[in-house]
Amino acid sequence: MEVLDIIKPENQVYCKTPLMTDATLSYCPGCGHGTAHNLTMEVIDELGIAEDTIGVAPVGCSVLAYDFMNIDMTQAAHGRAPAVATAIARTWPEKYVFTYQGDGDLAAIGTAETIHACNRGENIVIIFINNGIYGMTGGQMAPTTLEGMRSSTSPYGREIKTMGSPIKMTELIANLPGVYYATRQAVHTHKHVRKAKKAIKTAFENVKNKKGLSFIEIVSNCNSGWKMTPNDANIWMEENMFPYFPLGDIKVNGKLK
Amino acid sequence: MSELKLMKGNEALAEAAIRAGADAYFGYPITPQSEVIEYLMSERPEQRTGMVVLQAESEIAAINMVYGAASTAKRVMTSSSSPGISLKLEGISYLAGAELPAVIVNVVRGGPGLGTIQPSQADYFQSVKGGGHGDYKLYVLAPASVQEMADFVEDAFEMAFKYRNPVLILSDGLIGQMMEKVVLKDQKKRLTNEEIIEKYGSWAVTGKKGRERNIITSLDLQSEKMEARVHRLMKKYEQMEKEDLRYEKILCDDADYLIVAYGSSARISQKAVELAREKGIKVGLLRPITLFPYPKKPLFELADQVKGILSVELNAGQMVEDVKLAVEHKVPVEHFGRTGGIIHTPEEILEALEQKIIKNGSVRYHKTRESSIL
Repeated sequence: MEVLDIIKPENQVYCKTPLMTDATLSYCPGCGHGTAHNLTMEVIDELGIAEDTIGVAPVGCSVLAYDFMNIDMTQAAHGRAPAVATAIARTWPEKYVFTYQGDGDLAAIGTAETIHACNRGENIVIIFINNGIYGMTGGQMAPTTLEGMRSSTSPYGREIKTMGSPIKMTELIANLPGVYYATRQAVHTHKHVRKAKKAIKTAFENVKNKKGLSFIEIVSNCNSGWKMTPNDANIWMEENMFPYFPLGDIKVNGKLK
Repeated sequence: MSELKLMKGNEALAEAAIRAGADAYFGYPITPQSEVIEYLMSERPEQRTGMVVLQAESEIAAINMVYGAASTAKRVMTSSSSPGISLKLEGISYLAGAELPAVIVNVVRGGPGLGTIQPSQADYFQSVKGGGHGDYKLYVLAPASVQEMADFVEDAFEMAFKYRNPVLILSDGLIGQMMEKVVLKDQKKRLTNEEIIEKYGSWAVTGKKGRERNIITSLDLQSEKMEARVHRLMKKYEQMEKEDLRYEKILCDDADYLIVAYGSSARISQKAVELAREKGIKVGLLRPITLFPYPKKPLFELADQVKGILSVELNAGQMVEDVKLAVEHKVPVEHFGRTGGIIHTPEEILEALEQKIIKNGSVRYHKTRESSIL
């Protein structure tokens, strides 16, 4: 048997989920968004809930998430995705509703919507990509930008005295009774991808079981915003982001760890 | 069975929303419209019809909740008063841009800033000229009675879904707070989810069962596509002007002078018209019921008949600009209004008509015409 006889669709053991469109991703090479999109869509596919899922896209790098995620999606104003998702989940309680948001969207302009959707325990999933910078607008300081980290609006490094400390959103919202599951993950290695996927799956299962809000932070890189090569960005992330934003579960089954 | 009741304007609106088969209301308390959410909460619409009512954490969250429910073709509304509507304008612009049906109620209070909690019509510009960013219009209904506060809810939903465009009910603190008798319509059934999917499945995001996925967005990064979207919106607004313009003419047939007024100002102006006629002055009233689309043509035609027009508003002079544009300088047009939450009396309006239009207006106007010709 020749190799080409084996390479046939019916013999494929791994392929792209049909819930990712064929559109070319608008993200920079090495960015974690593509993997996070893919994992979310794989989970929805594997749970067989694609026809009953409604996604809410944010403003930021992932504003065009609806170009890549092959499901029904609505695009929210900057920071307002949790409010948009609240209304969809309340008026269609049998559907699976999730938001996909970046750090500027979720932890700066949308802080109120995030906290109150969490506090009400809306039966939704929030996927929060934290790369410590505003990528879409060209590398400005984010609420999660680390101390001393340079950005176009903190060109001499983030100074805590005048700019405040990087906000740990997941720890903050985990304290709210409405939050059932809060975890922090990463997607830059195979090991992390597997863990992150499991977390996303748990979150959507929580929606199915009407447990309340599941919040998944994914610490990611922004190599173009950080002005690094993709590989250097991942190393920098491990050495600098992870100590401040430690990976792992923060709240499971409604109980703080 | 329809039902006769004595109600506040705000309460009548809330009851009418339940009876119109609304699916959801999201709001935030602000005087003078807090009765809307208070009434809804006390009525337990979740039990009566299955309607969702939620007090949001902010005006901004409330309008974005409206955006979320509207994305799924649910019949959704919010209400607020002037400062709250200013906060909602970003969301309203998104609703218009994404072509979503929704009903927004503004029970106007005096401004600018925190202003006053007393009635005003100073949000006219904000309501009919856009308000938020970008090229868009709202279909704007102006109730002048508690009965219309109730009736316009169903009309507003009908227009919102006909055009897939947000509809504004522009009320004010006077109409919202006053009590009148009101005939309430029978309870309409809310659409089932299956009916919504069947009716609006071509665009609404309800889960892609049995069809290609739907996307709701106001974003088009390609300029040509964005321009096409703007053109599509403009076509809708033209269609509104052709098909759904609403106004009322009161004693206009033999009128020598005309008052133009909407909402609470129209109610008070109607009395001023009576007082004028008792004195032998033939005054008519044109009441725009829709402020967008605006009754430009009826005004243009009436300008051939009357000697002058007074625009009566509870503001420092806003709608008067549209009256002037409509009559194209055929007759003098003046403004009379009180601000700060003060309501004009019929006597004040008649006096303003006599001073600004009957005594001085037409004379001054013709002189200006002559001098401009020279």
